[in-house]
Formats: sequence, C-alpha cells, structure tokens
Amino acid sequence: MRRLDTPTALIWGLISLLVAGCSGDERSASNSPREVLRLAVTTSFRDSGLIDELAPMFEAKHDVRIDVIAVGTGAALKLGMEGEVDAVLVHAREAEDEFMAAGHGVRRESVMHNMFFVLGPKSDPAKIRGMAPAAALKKIAVEQWRFVSRGDDSGTHKRESRLWQATGGRTPWDEYLETGQGMGATLTMADQMNAYVLCDSGTYFKFKKKIQLESLIDSAAGLRNLYGVVVVNPKKHEKINTKAANHFADFLISHEAADRIRNYKIDGQQLFFPDSTSVQN
Amino acid sequence: MELILDGLQESIRLILQWDPVVVDAAFRSLWISLFAVAVAAVIGLPLGTLLARVSFPGHGLLVLAFRGGMAFPTVFIGIVCYALLARRGPLGPLDLLYTPWAIIFGEFLLALPLIVSLTFGAVKSLDPRVGETAWTLGAGPIRRWRTYISEARVGVALAILTAFSRCVTELGIAMMVGGNIKDRTRTLATATALETGKGEFGRGLAMGALLLLIAMIVSLAVYFLNREDRGE
Repeated sequence: MRRLDTPTALIWGLISLLVAGCSGDERSASNSPREVLRLAVTTSFRDSGLIDELAPMFEAKHDVRIDVIAVGTGAALKLGMEGEVDAVLVHAREAEDEFMAAGHGVRRESVMHNMFFVLGPKSDPAKIRGMAPAAALKKIAVEQWRFVSRGDDSGTHKRESRLWQATGGRTPWDEYLETGQGMGATLTMADQMNAYVLCDSGTYFKFKKKIQLESLIDSAAGLRNLYGVVVVNPKKHEKINTKAANHFADFLISHEAADRIRNYKIDGQQLFFPDSTSVQN
Repeated sequence: MELILDGLQESIRLILQWDPVVVDAAFRSLWISLFAVAVAAVIGLPLGTLLARVSFPGHGLLVLAFRGGMAFPTVFIGIVCYALLARRGPLGPLDLLYTPWAIIFGEFLLALPLIVSLTFGAVKSLDPRVGETAWTLGAGPIRRWRTYISEARVGVALAILTAFSRCVTELGIAMMVGGNIKDRTRTLATATALETGKGEFGRGLAMGALLLLIAMIVSLAVYFLNREDRGE
C-alpha cells in the first residue's frame, strides 16, 4: 500500500529484537525455579576470584544459585541489616561483632584470613621498610609523604582507621588522598602517584606484575585480615533464605572448601588461609 | 603506551574469539536497553504527540517536567529506583531488585523524558496544516496521530536512537539496581567498570570498545537518517 515509515519500521525492529532477547534470556536460566542465595561480599574478595571457585562447588551440591553482590564492607553489612541479602561475607571483625550484637545476624563463622601489606615506592622515601605498621603510618604522616586511602568504609579502610587510632589519631595533611573506590582502582591510582597505600595481599598479588610499588611491610601481626560469614537474621525480612545461608556457612567451614581455599593460587602464591576451628592448618 | 597497545590487542582477541563473558554482557546490554526503550517509545510517542497538539490545564508544567527529566543523572535515577525496589521499599513485593527487570525499570525512566520531549519538539515544529489536512480528508484521531508521527519521522527516530544510546551506555542504574551479578545483571558498562577495577585493562578495553561500536552504529544511523531527510 505505502512505504513503511521510519518510526514504524524502527519500532517493529525493536519489538522483534526484544522478543528474541527475552527468549534468549529465559534459556540462560533467568526465570528458573532454582532457589537463590543472595550473598553480599566485599569487592576485594570478589576481585580475588576465589568466590568464582567456591560458588559453583556449593551450587552443584545444594541446587541453589548464588547471586553475588560485591560492595564495600560497610555497604555489605548495611544490605544485611536491611534484609536485602541472606548472608554476608566480609572482613571487618569489629563491625561483624557489632552486627551480631545488634541482633542483625544469627550466626557468624570465621572462614579464613589473608594479610594486609603496606606498599610504597621502591625508593621508600619515608624509610619505613620493615617497621611496625602503626609506627610506619605515623612516620608517613609526620613527614607528610603521599598516602592513598580507600576512604569508602570498606574492611580495608576500617583497618587503616584502626591503625591510625593506634598512632593516636590522624592529623590531616595535603598528600593524604581518599579515592572512594575499590582496592584495585585505589592501588592503580597509588601506583600512578607513587604513593604509600594499605592493600590486602590478594589484590597485591594480582597486581604485582602491573605496578611499580613494592611491599614494604608484610609480616606484622597487626596486619592479619580475617574473613567471616554472617547469616542474616530471618526476622529482618520474610524473603530471607536462612536455610540456604546456613548451608553456605556450613560449606565455607567444611574440609572440602578449606582445601579449595588453601589451594587457590595466583602466580604460585597462596592467597587465603582457612581459619575455621574444624580445619586448622 | 604499552598499556594501551596490550589492551587493544587483548580486546581484539576477545572480540574475535567471541569470548563468552564479553558476548554475554553485550547481548544482555542490548536486550535490556531495547526493552526499556521500546516500552518508553510505546508510551512516549503518543504522549509527546498529544502534548504537542492538545492544550489542557497544567500542560506547560508537564512539558517542563519532561524537559527537566532529560537531564536526570543516571546515579540519581539509580538511587531512586533502589529506594523503590528494595525489599522494604514500596515496590519491594515485586522482588525486582538485582534482576534485569530492575535495570529496565530504571532505563525506562531515563528514556521516557527523552522520547517525550524530543517527540514533542519534532511534532510541534510540523506545519499545523498537516493535522488539519488529514482531518479534512476524514482521518480519525489514530490516523491523525500516525500522520504526525510519519511527518515527523526523522525527529521521532532521533528521539528513539538518542534514548537507546543513553540507555545502553549508562552505568549508574545498572550498577545500583542490577548489582553487577555475574551471568545475570552484568552489562557492558558495569563489566567495563569491574574489569578496570580488577586491573584487567584488556578486558575492560574490549568491553568499552564494544560499547563504543554500538554507540557508533547508532550515531551513524542518526547521521544517515538526517541525510535521507534532507535529500527528500
């Protein structure tokens, strides 16, 4: 009759693509009836890649799909507090204990740990190599060297704040910079700016080949980074899947998971050390 | 410089090898944005035409509101959608948070003001005699609406394409209400941010390049539409 006008053609094009898109999505199990475990983790843990090893093991065993949402530790606990997630896997022992004490969680298990390192330029202008962490930070602050902080209420940032407290509080100086970003992004920025930075070992090993910064303090007792899993209180929301969350906590402290955690390596470096009492290494 | 070259090499390799993670994110980005824009078009085209042709109390305010809506930052839409869709929010019972539908909802809100305002502008700039002529020729309201859209087709197509390119490249909404969940809500934009954060610059660049490719195809379509229109 008449030529199809452009908008009509465009709309038909959109609709047909849409139908194709939807059917494709259904195949990729979007609407499958499988049970879902919503898990909030910290970005540094997600970036380590370990969750991509552990989640499929658990999913195969329990026929539960894990939806991993990666945010800072503060945000992850907040999601648990508001009943948006079923379980939380973070590394901020004090905040976790407060979370439990306030009744937001019904169970907490120690899962594993890695280490924090203080990184800095090879030349180490503040001469902090091998010092105790708090003393080293103090020196960096007093001499006003450049230091890059996450500044995002993450587990790493909380640990940094605790170290500052141990020095008697941080006096602000111009070269103290807060990025508000994840560990990888912050580490990249610190590297570009030749700054000191506190970084978890997992992220450091992943970036080691791409950055100039070196690990200057890496074995101090105060730099242990403990990871725990918290099962969210089912009273927070009716949709919370406590059964799956408990199964997941059981799984994380099992021998099977501990073996996988122990054997997870990047460039031959072991990233995490299992901590649960049943599987002490 | 090495970083860029390595990244480019890696990105070409990933695209040529049809890397499942990259391709998966690309198709998800496409269908989510297409869906959002299609729904916004179904509502926005009639609404924009109506606003351009019919006057009623509060008309000016409504037009102004949609104009203002064109400038909504995606992070703002993201946080509003989060508050609406969270389990404790008013739309919580729908259980949409952290699903592709949540992203579609947000991108719909992003696209609607664009489509309404741009359609409004396109129809408004038509010669008013178009409608009158159609009317005297015995066209009913639906027929007249189709005449407007048809006469303003380039402007309308531009509206839809602009909305689409804004949706497919946005990051704030997808990150906040989608949650960047692997195999579920990871789009090209969130995947680019993620891979860069992880230091996987090659992968980040590959996804960014795909995003750029999609945006460029849309821009080219806009260019040729404009040229075709001027040629007539």
